Amino acid sequence: MDFLTSMTPAGGVAAAMLVALIAYALLGGADYGAGVWDLLARGPRAEAQRELIAHAIGPVWEANHVWLIVVVVLLFTSFPEAFTVVMTTLHVPLSLMLIGVVLRGSAFTFRSYDATELARRRWNRVFSIPSVVTPVLLGAVIGAIATGEPGRVAEAGGPVPLFSTWLRPFPIAVGLFALNIFAYVAAVYLTLETDDPALRDDFRRKALISAATLGAVAWAVHLLAKDSAPLVYEGLDRASWGAPLRYATGAMAVAAIVALALRWFAMARLAAAAQVALILWGAAAAQYPYLVPPHLDLTRGAAPAIVHKLMLIALGLGSLILVPSLVYLFRVFKGHTFRAGRRDEDESVRPTPA
Amino acid sequence: MTNLLAARLQMAMSLGFHIIFAAIGIALPLMMCVAEACWLRTGDPIYRTLAKRWAKGAAILFAVGAVSGTVLSFELGLLWPTFMKFAGPIIGLGFGLEGFAFFTEAIFLGVYLYAWDRIPPPAHWAAGAIVAASGALSGVLVVSVNGWMNTPTGFTLIDGVATDINPPAALMNPAFVSEALHMTLAAYAATGLLVAGVHALMLRKDRENPFHRRALGIALAVGGVASVLQPMSGHYAAQVVAETQPPKLAAMEGQFQTERRAPLRIGGLPDAKARTTSYALEIPAGLSILAYNDPDAEVRGLDAFPADEQPPVAVVHLAFQVMVACGMAMMAVSLWAVVSWWRTKRLPTGRAFLAAVALASPLGMIAIEAGWTVTEVGRQPWIIQGVMRTTEAVTTVPGLWWSFAAYTALYAGLGVVVVMLLLHQFRSSPRADAPAGEARRWTS
Ligand code: HDD
Ligand code: HEM
Ligand code: HEM
Repeated sequence: MDFLTSMTPAGGVAAAMLVALIAYALLGGADYGAGVWDLLARGPRAEAQRELIAHAIGPVWEANHVWLIVVVVLLFTSFPEAFTVVMTTLHVPLSLMLIGVVLRGSAFTFRSYDATELARRRWNRVFSIPSVVTPVLLGAVIGAIATGEPGRVAEAGGPVPLFSTWLRPFPIAVGLFALNIFAYVAAVYLTLETDDPALRDDFRRKALISAATLGAVAWAVHLLAKDSAPLVYEGLDRASWGAPLRYATGAMAVAAIVALALRWFAMARLAAAAQVALILWGAAAAQYPYLVPPHLDLTRGAAPAIVHKLMLIALGLGSLILVPSLVYLFRVFKGHTFRAGRRDEDESVRPTPA
Repeated sequence: MTNLLAARLQMAMSLGFHIIFAAIGIALPLMMCVAEACWLRTGDPIYRTLAKRWAKGAAILFAVGAVSGTVLSFELGLLWPTFMKFAGPIIGLGFGLEGFAFFTEAIFLGVYLYAWDRIPPPAHWAAGAIVAASGALSGVLVVSVNGWMNTPTGFTLIDGVATDINPPAALMNPAFVSEALHMTLAAYAATGLLVAGVHALMLRKDRENPFHRRALGIALAVGGVASVLQPMSGHYAAQVVAETQPPKLAAMEGQFQTERRAPLRIGGLPDAKARTTSYALEIPAGLSILAYNDPDAEVRGLDAFPADEQPPVAVVHLAFQVMVACGMAMMAVSLWAVVSWWRTKRLPTGRAFLAAVALASPLGMIAIEAGWTVTEVGRQPWIIQGVMRTTEAVTTVPGLWWSFAAYTALYAGLGVVVVMLLLHQFRSSPRADAPAGEARRWTS
């Protein structure tokens, strides 16, 4: 645990960024995943599935996506050079990703307020298709950073390439990995959102399938990383905690699958969330201390320590308001997913917008 | 050069789009809260329906505000990386605190919109009040960043590098108070009158409709008070500009020559080549008095500054005139309402008054766009006044016109959809002469 004692203010902010990123993956990511299942909804219960998805994410939708903004603000405040490099060398995937954010963010709300059934169905498409594309781009950005290519391009100066930094096998594989993770957690969460056994089994099946594909994609990412992102690949092998972390992640994956198989859905949710958090933590730790390898780490191009300290203070004070507010939000709208016995009475007042 | 132009146009378009939703996001929650408070106090169900109706509009507008704001926080880096590399650490505190304001806003908006029947009414009202407060706070904080671009403080510049960074001092920059006050009032004034105009139009068709009468009352109360105060806060903003950004003031007023007893020009067309402003109605010594409280004060004209540090005069002057004209008209309509309420203790609902309110409806948003044009174009050629030029700040990524075209098309489409959805909401609004089944909708 020496990283705790040796943690600099910059390290503290970086840790906060990681926490926010994990929160985004677990909460905002699940909203993307829900969009994927909306697009893939088939069969006799397709409408019921879509309905369940809309009710499940509606109330928490706006709050869930603020985590992304927190990551961005922390990055440009505390590590301005890393922010600049990412925004320049990955301009194209980020711009495309934002278009996806705009489309699905507005369509999600519009569909609740449009007049006709047909219009609602169209908005559903505008919501669900970008829900598939956007996570791939988000993952591709993270994967591209890990390859070190954006960092090298920026270091070399000269003209900025539009595609070669990210349109490669490894970043795309990471993008698919992100998509798969999001779909997986969404399916797991959704098993807890309904009392209807058939509907719940639909999502249980989807969760199990996506758990299996997640394993396959993870394997592909791992293989590609060896050549494409050697720094991260070796980082995981080099560190003493690399092996335990991987075992813990694997154990959580197995636990989630077993729990799903046994229909212990609350347990499955816990294990799946832990699994995703550990994956992100492992990836970040493997890249540590680099933000944008191979040059920009926590010290080079970072803001002065005073800024990091102030950000940590602001984060601390902000959390005093934020944490109780979030707890309240999730208690009001997600309480029923935590109290197995009392679900019926909650279900009678399903959240629908005003 | 053309890349710079594309970046500027994209930034201006994105901000000009976002600011409309942001202003509504600041003011509409307040109006919902007032309506809900009236319901809690009087038990009159129409107030509850009103709060719910406004909340529907707020949900649509907030969604677009949130996504366009998300785009902006990336665009700062996608378009102006050099600016952000320099400014990020200095102004990040404002943006960071704003992040928390967004969070509280988004959380309690979720509670407000979805928990009408799930939590006790006072708790629900409190959620709305938190949305209103954090919306205003987030506006104030982000405007502090703009104030810093106008009057940068909180660092020492040594060989182009910022040292001694002091983020709280940057937050409290000299333009902060005047801009934050003026922008917050602008949000209430513009949104209040915008909404009042909609209900005034409805009342013209359906005079006795109690729903629209109450709505008009609340919207006018919020928008009217702010509209009466707005010219005063604008005057204060102008005095701060006179002190801290004299080239911007000269451009706003079309003042080419430095002179004592400078006149206030109303209207007019500045000619940058001839270096005169013609066709203006001039009030002798007016500008000296307004800017410095002294008829003999010297006002520095554009000639006092190097040619490459002068903002484009015509745009700034015209935008300023538009803003002031809108502000005066909005104040006049609001005073009309105040005076006749004073005399009759009743909100006027005469045809002429309703027509005036309807006509004034878009003026606030026009003034907001014009006001930002004054602020931003008036600061040119600087992105950070006196520290960094806009030309230095722009990204080196090629092909920005594609990005500009794509976002413009996207936002234009979104704008059309939002208007259509809102029109649909208006059409389904309750009517006084509706059959009983319909009327019951008011109370649901
Ligand atoms: C409802 C909108 C509205 C109305 C009626 C007015 N303004 Fe305004 N004005 C704004 C909305 C606005 C704004 C969009 O909110 C700006 C842009 C930046 C800012 O802080 O506020 C602004 C900026 C702005 C500035 C520049 C501040 C700067 O660059 O730092 C000045 C000097 C004024 N205004 C002055 C006035 C005057 C004398 C008005 C008299 C009627 C007036 N405004 C009405
Ligand atoms: C806190 C809020 C704001 C920030 C941080 C900000 C920042 C910027 C930046 C970085 C630029 C590009 C550089 C430049 O041309 O000066 C810009 C340009 C511009 N912005 Fe703002 N802006 C803000 C608010 C607004 C708003 C709300 C509008 C709404 C209309 C606006 C209108 C413009 C315009 C018209 C330009 C182009 C100026 C020109 O090309 O001469 N700004 N702003
Ligand atoms: C460079 C300038 C700006 C950036 C980077 C920015 C960023 C953002 C972001 C990220 C959001 C979404 C927050 C959420 O999800 O809830 C947002 C929304 C909002 N912004 Fe901006 N913004 C800018 C300019 C402004 C200005 C000039 C104002 C007002 C004076 C403003 C006021 C608001 C408000 C009140 C919201 C809440 C959403 C709504 O009600 O529609 N913003 N902004």
